[in-house]
Amino acid sequence: MVCSVSICAGEIFELKAELNSDKKEKKKEAVKKVIASMTVGKDVSALFPDVVNCMQTDNLELKKLVYLYLMNYAKSQPDMAIMAVNTFVKDCEDANPLIRALAVRTMGCIRVDKITEYLCEPLRKCLKDEDPYVRKTAAVCVAKLHDINAQLVEDQGFLDTLKDLISDSNPMVVANAVAALSEIAESHPNSNLLDLNPQSINKLLTALNECTEWGQIFILDCLANYTPRDDRESQSICERVTPRLSHANSAVVLSAVKVLMKFMEMLPKDLDYYGTLLKKLAPPLVTLLSAEPELQYVALRNINLIVQKRPEILKHEMKVFFVKYNDPIYVKLEKLDIMIRLASQANIAQVLAELKEYATEVDVDFVRKAVRAIGRCAIKVEQSAERCVSTLLDLIQTKVNYVVQEAIVVIKDIFRKYPNKYESVIATLCENLDSLDEPEARAAMIWIVGEYAERIDNADELLESFLEGFHDESTQVQLQLLTAIVKLFLKKPTETQELVQQVLSLATQDSDNPDLRDRGYIYWRLLSTDPVAAKEVVLAEKPLISEETDLIEPTLLEELICHIGTLASVYHKPPSAFVEGSRGVMHKRLPLGGDIGGSPAMGAGFGAAPAVMPASLNAPVGGGLGDLFDLGGGVGMPMGAYIPPKTVWLPAMKAKGLEISGTFARRAGVIQMELILTNKAMSVMTDFAIQFNRNSFGLAPAGPLQVLTPLGPNQTIEVSLPLSTVGPVMKMDPLNNLQVAVKNNIDVFYFSCQYPISMLFVEDGKMERQVFLATWKDIPNDNESQFQIKDCHLNSDAASSKLQGSNIFTIAKRTVEGQDMLYMSIKLSNGIWVLAELRVQAGNPNYTVSTGTGEGRRTTLLKEREI
Amino acid sequence: MIHSLFLINPSGDIFLEKHWKSVVSRSVCDYFLEAKEKALEPEDVPPVIHTPRHYLISIYRDKLFFLSVIQTEVPPLFVIEFLHRVAEMIQDYFGECSETVVKDNMVMVYELLEEMLDNGFPLATESNVLKEMIRPPTILRSVVNTLTGTSNIGDTLPTGQLSTIPWRRAGVKYTNNEAYFDVVEEIDAILDQSGTTVFAEIQGVVGACVKLSGMPDLTLSFMNPRLLDDVSFHPCVRYKRWESERVLSFIPPDGNFTLMTYHVNAQNLVAIPVYVKQSISFFESGSGGRLDVTVGPKQTMGKTVEGVMVTVHLPKTILSVNLTATQGSYTYDNGTKLLVWDIGKLNPQKLPNLRGSLSLQAGAPKPEENPSLNIDLKIQQLAISGLKVNRLDMFGEKYKPFKGVKYITKAGKFQVRT
Repeated sequence: MVCSVSICAGEIFELKAELNSDKKEKKKEAVKKVIASMTVGKDVSALFPDVVNCMQTDNLELKKLVYLYLMNYAKSQPDMAIMAVNTFVKDCEDANPLIRALAVRTMGCIRVDKITEYLCEPLRKCLKDEDPYVRKTAAVCVAKLHDINAQLVEDQGFLDTLKDLISDSNPMVVANAVAALSEIAESHPNSNLLDLNPQSINKLLTALNECTEWGQIFILDCLANYTPRDDRESQSICERVTPRLSHANSAVVLSAVKVLMKFMEMLPKDLDYYGTLLKKLAPPLVTLLSAEPELQYVALRNINLIVQKRPEILKHEMKVFFVKYNDPIYVKLEKLDIMIRLASQANIAQVLAELKEYATEVDVDFVRKAVRAIGRCAIKVEQSAERCVSTLLDLIQTKVNYVVQEAIVVIKDIFRKYPNKYESVIATLCENLDSLDEPEARAAMIWIVGEYAERIDNADELLESFLEGFHDESTQVQLQLLTAIVKLFLKKPTETQELVQQVLSLATQDSDNPDLRDRGYIYWRLLSTDPVAAKEVVLAEKPLISEETDLIEPTLLEELICHIGTLASVYHKPPSAFVEGSRGVMHKRLPLGGDIGGSPAMGAGFGAAPAVMPASLNAPVGGGLGDLFDLGGGVGMPMGAYIPPKTVWLPAMKAKGLEISGTFARRAGVIQMELILTNKAMSVMTDFAIQFNRNSFGLAPAGPLQVLTPLGPNQTIEVSLPLSTVGPVMKMDPLNNLQVAVKNNIDVFYFSCQYPISMLFVEDGKMERQVFLATWKDIPNDNESQFQIKDCHLNSDAASSKLQGSNIFTIAKRTVEGQDMLYMSIKLSNGIWVLAELRVQAGNPNYTVSTGTGEGRRTTLLKEREI
Repeated sequence: MIHSLFLINPSGDIFLEKHWKSVVSRSVCDYFLEAKEKALEPEDVPPVIHTPRHYLISIYRDKLFFLSVIQTEVPPLFVIEFLHRVAEMIQDYFGECSETVVKDNMVMVYELLEEMLDNGFPLATESNVLKEMIRPPTILRSVVNTLTGTSNIGDTLPTGQLSTIPWRRAGVKYTNNEAYFDVVEEIDAILDQSGTTVFAEIQGVVGACVKLSGMPDLTLSFMNPRLLDDVSFHPCVRYKRWESERVLSFIPPDGNFTLMTYHVNAQNLVAIPVYVKQSISFFESGSGGRLDVTVGPKQTMGKTVEGVMVTVHLPKTILSVNLTATQGSYTYDNGTKLLVWDIGKLNPQKLPNLRGSLSLQAGAPKPEENPSLNIDLKIQQLAISGLKVNRLDMFGEKYKPFKGVKYITKAGKFQVRT
């Protein structure tokens, strides 16, 4: 669709002649023509030398035009671009600050390596220029240079100069320095470029009042990254930011909202100021909705987050979200979403009246969403369910095809929320069976028929009618039909035997869909072996669905609140999930409020610093061995097996608010999994259970997970789970990988963790000397391996006793040429022996370990991988 | 920050591109053009589009798409606000914002864009500052320039850019010093079938045209500032004074600007100046229907309602209309299915009425959707919220300026459901 525009040779020739003309006017006109061609995408790079020749001039307009050209084409003609350098350097010394600024600004836009070298000196001068206009231009130039050559900027110390500019006397310089630093910091997430302290915060707040609207956005976004020391500082920053809520520029307003939403978190809720602030937030958000539709869209996406976090702010403003006829569709859909979030018992009548109105609009997508919204209201506001159902029935009466289908899908959900309450409407639904042509609606209808088969007289006929075209249905419908007919059979076994036979054979014999076939077989076996059990399984009572299903998960919401006004807030995804340019974004968290305790210090009491791993050793056990040495350090320490510090295995973000961290330990011959469960969600968690996947050493829980009391929000519990090694075995990769499933009342979560092999070393691992000698000789060479443990300052005896604590037993020791050789044995829980030779040279902190096992192939694997 | 800008006309041609960092190939616009194809109306193109390597943020304004390309996390509102500034700048410089105007002044637009952003960071977006650096074209000046060889580009440092009042240039001089304020209120409302207000609010704007010499410091006060609980100000307004005294105190920009916008919210009762009695019905058989619309004055505070216009979005299956209007005239466009009835001034003694029959395409079923009516109207010398300016004082300068305030009420998004 987009084609490049070509320019003919004759035209180029003409321009060339004009550019080389003696007359200034003619020259300028020619450059203008060149620029005009450039702006529409024509390629005029062939004129490069001729245009650059016009650069040395007193005429500011001509100079600016040539600069424009240079910025566009210098990259394609790097050698020619050097010609321009002298003029640039000279202009940077010009008496007129406008020229100085223009030169340094243009030079930064020329993305040619050779030029950047020459740029450094002029830039350094301009950063310290007496004129603030030049300084502020130079600040941006540092960001440009960083983009071209980051190393150069660091080497030249420009970053420090830039940091100094944050304390500049001119607010515009401060704002630009902040903007430049923020941009640079985005590519260096851990560089601490914007290291904010109360002094610099004060400078920023002062500049905030005086700089341009754009500068205010930069400063506010930067402020949002600061974490105040206490609630008093938080309040004073909020007080100084609030006036920005009345700014005409919507981006300033939203950035201010971000700062306030974040810092509010730290204010005690009983503070008067807290209430005042809440009240002040509503009007600016409402005002954003009277702006241009594009601004409205971004504002609505953000409001969606804000109403989930703090519904009280906009609870009285429902009406501003009513959809107007000429809103663009993307605004309409967003407004609808927020209306449902704000729906409550107090305003449900209004909301329903509106939704019913929308359901008769022209736009199909919008109508569908409106119908769905009615269903969501029913599930959210229990008192309104009845009205919602009758509204939906009214809509079904319109017989508009897509409205009917959408209504049936949501009625199914209403049944799932309020079972045995609205079944009287089933008859009406059944009337519309024939008009359903969308899989989702068909599946919903079939589910309803199956679920309430005992109340529908002709349920078998209805389901049979679907069966005719079984193979043309989508999988969703097929699966649903299978289940529904089995339900029907269990409820009315006498009349429907034939039907169930038919569907089971269709599903198992004629279908190549594995899901369908598997489900078919399961039902078949269940029905043929134990019909009572089948009844218990298929007709079991199902948990009710809840309104929370469409809420954003709390940890993600917290992160998104910290990103209000950014692309992340438009996409409702954390920046790490989609921003390509942000290399390793740090997750932002809301500060903890005064009344919420800090999370328990992780790994406290496990003092050992992580071991320094030998570089050649990536295998976990090698690392584990290194760890074994490192523990304690002194001989007087109590002996015991090494326990690695606890790490987070399951972050709360992935598990709807449940965070699990843990470690493994061997205590008194029993392997234990020590877990810390933390509830970071808003609701109480109960019914915990745990299971392992098959693993290399047959680890399995020896008892149930002992979480007896429900886990309230922000509560933490420590449990230790004894493990046995008699479970099913399957080789994992890496060998010590363990896949775990944890269940609670909310969901089932999966994670995997790695255990130190050392916890599998059993107490009776001391081999007889003779056996050791014989075995050592028998170990084939391929089964042997060697590695070094570096920086271990223990003598051989200390090492030996230390290792014994972890069930690594010294069998013999001999000294050859000042080297202590320790021979040791280890027995794994599955009966495999591992033998090792440890060489310790006095004074040399590096140990050499040779290991080997005598067993067959499997141990070879173990050894190669692990030791 | 903002990487590139493309201007695209409704048929999808890119007619201007500007890059503030490295050059981005214009093929990036294909993602946008694809989204544009999908959208039913140009207004429906989503403003933020995600492509594998860039983000495209666009606005649709004056029948043109302004499309910006960004590569890193940049606040989208920042970009959208900036794009609107670009459109306003073109409007301000050349009198209108259209493809022809941009094409005719390609180089100047390009120079202006270069001044507005540096490396994607906003540099000079205040029209006063820009005009000091690049003078807007006038017929006289272009003649003079050709004769004398002087240029449009200023070679002094724009002073406003450095002071703490970047919106005002220094050394302003007028022989006639005058300050005019326009209070414009738009009613956004949704009325239901029976005429009950579902939702109504007032969007107000205080626009100003200030031509005063030197550095005047103005104070504008209202009779009833209590009405204004939700306001946003031009950066020149001193917020502290407003907080404590409820007066607008400011050093104005030179020329036209928006001093304040405000919002009178649904909680306060909003007066609805007209009522609409309508019935649009279709026969069950599906061959056609009837339309009957009457408009009359309601709460007009004793003023005349002018410029009344009713727009009906008729269902797609309508073939033709046959109507008679007792006042004004109507037009019907069969392509867009828009029925526009231009009434003009509302006469309370003789209410205007439009009635007649609608015919449907042969075989078409009874339309499913309800048409919706949009109303346009104007009331001179009235701010429907009741807002009134009390007085305007000037400090800092000795001369006596001419002062004036004008009020006008209009319909914004004023919709009647059927």
